[in-house]
Amino acid sequence: MNQDIIADIKRDHVIKLLNEGRRVDGRGFDEYREVSVEVGVNQRAEGSALVRLGGTRVMVGVKLAVGMPFPDMPDSGVLTTNAELIPLASPSFERGPPDEDTVELARVVDRAIRESGCIELEKLCIEEGELVWIVFIDLHPLDYDGNLFDACTLGAIAALKNTCMPKLEDGKVDYKTRTEEKLPVRDTPVEVTYCKIGGHILLDPCLEEEEVLDARLTVGYNEKGEIVAMQKGGSGTFTREEIVDIVRKGREKAEFLRQKIPG
Amino acid sequence: MKAGEPEEFIVDGRRLDGRKVDELRPLKIEAGVLKRADGSAYVEWGGNKVLAACYGPKEIHPRHEANPKRAVLRTYYSMAPFSVYERKRPGPDRRSMEISKVTRQALESVVFTHLYPMTAIDVFIEILQAQAGTRCAGITAASVALADAGIPMRDLVPACAAGKVGGHIVLDLFDIEDNYGEADLPVAIVPRTGEVCLMQMDGNLTQEEFEQAFELAVKGCMQVYEKQKEALKKAYEKRGEEQ
Repeated sequence: MNQDIIADIKRDHVIKLLNEGRRVDGRGFDEYREVSVEVGVNQRAEGSALVRLGGTRVMVGVKLAVGMPFPDMPDSGVLTTNAELIPLASPSFERGPPDEDTVELARVVDRAIRESGCIELEKLCIEEGELVWIVFIDLHPLDYDGNLFDACTLGAIAALKNTCMPKLEDGKVDYKTRTEEKLPVRDTPVEVTYCKIGGHILLDPCLEEEEVLDARLTVGYNEKGEIVAMQKGGSGTFTREEIVDIVRKGREKAEFLRQKIPG
Repeated sequence: MKAGEPEEFIVDGRRLDGRKVDELRPLKIEAGVLKRADGSAYVEWGGNKVLAACYGPKEIHPRHEANPKRAVLRTYYSMAPFSVYERKRPGPDRRSMEISKVTRQALESVVFTHLYPMTAIDVFIEILQAQAGTRCAGITAASVALADAGIPMRDLVPACAAGKVGGHIVLDLFDIEDNYGEADLPVAIVPRTGEVCLMQMDGNLTQEEFEQAFELAVKGCMQVYEKQKEALKKAYEKRGEEQ
């Protein structure tokens, strides 16, 4: 009950500031927090990235394995995206099997990566119908300060672009020997999230905003600026005009994020 | 090209199932179809067959989930093992968890939960037969079930998808279009205000295509809305006659 009252007070506070044209952390309505992307941060992963988005910190690791292809795609590699909201990263995360927020995060990040076709999965076939590469993307938030969607998608694509194939011998992976060969990646999809609080539309909600938002909209764009993924969240609504406007202006923000990927 | 992909999706202005690009599959909605549920609905939408049941407001278990300010709305989307070509393992999977979540959020935008603090309102959606577009069929059925249970709401929530197949923007994709098409955009709205309470997308759309598909999906929702209202009126007429 106390938490509920505190949430109401916080919400009133956030909205009161917004009505004066201010955000809790002093940013402009259409402004990202400071973003940085580091790649190759983990020597055991075939590819990795560490993303900082304001106070949010996410490590993403890409691991490769070999296995059977899907029967309907016998000559294509397999992509698997998983998220883990470990209790280390926030007092609101709990141990145990993935809850719906964890599953949603993994699926929405997966959507942009998969639908953009950025990984050339057809090049990951080793023996048709028998053996293909399986790409595991593991999203691992370390410090949760809001907007995991954008941070994790950015980390995922940065880690993928950083991925080198391990050595393959007689159908077995030698993880200790990494080749020079890069994982074939041909596009750089990113996701941009706006939220709506008390009628105001804000880019990149921080934790305090995320806790009180009415609705959010995440849009994934490929390099050409085409829309490859969307997800609306929250129990509130958007007007049609708001949605069209968000999708339009998000494109330029996507380019801003893309520029943060090193190399 | 994937195995089984059709060469053309639209021939002489007609889709593979004979529809025009802006035409819904045949849609039938019936309210009050289950005896034990407080409210229920059955939706047949093309090859989709969906039941929804609403229980509540009722005592909440586990008790610690209770909210002193509003009812807790819980939605469960579930597919029967025999609802798809290849048997689906029973129980919740990642896809159904996500659909349950977005369905709940879509419905939360209309239900007056503040009227029933400390209670639960459960909505169960069971997909008995699937032919793509089951989340839209599920939300459509669920909001009729809520209304049938007499839960106060701002409005019904109709849902409908639009998408892109073979370069064409079309309404209400059926399974072949969904499997081999270029994009799918499910939308749910609050018709009286025109607000959007569910929106997802996967695939590839330019800004122009997106705006076109979005408009088409909203128009589709309005057609679904009419069927929802008809279904409720019929159910109440029937109840009136019985009394």
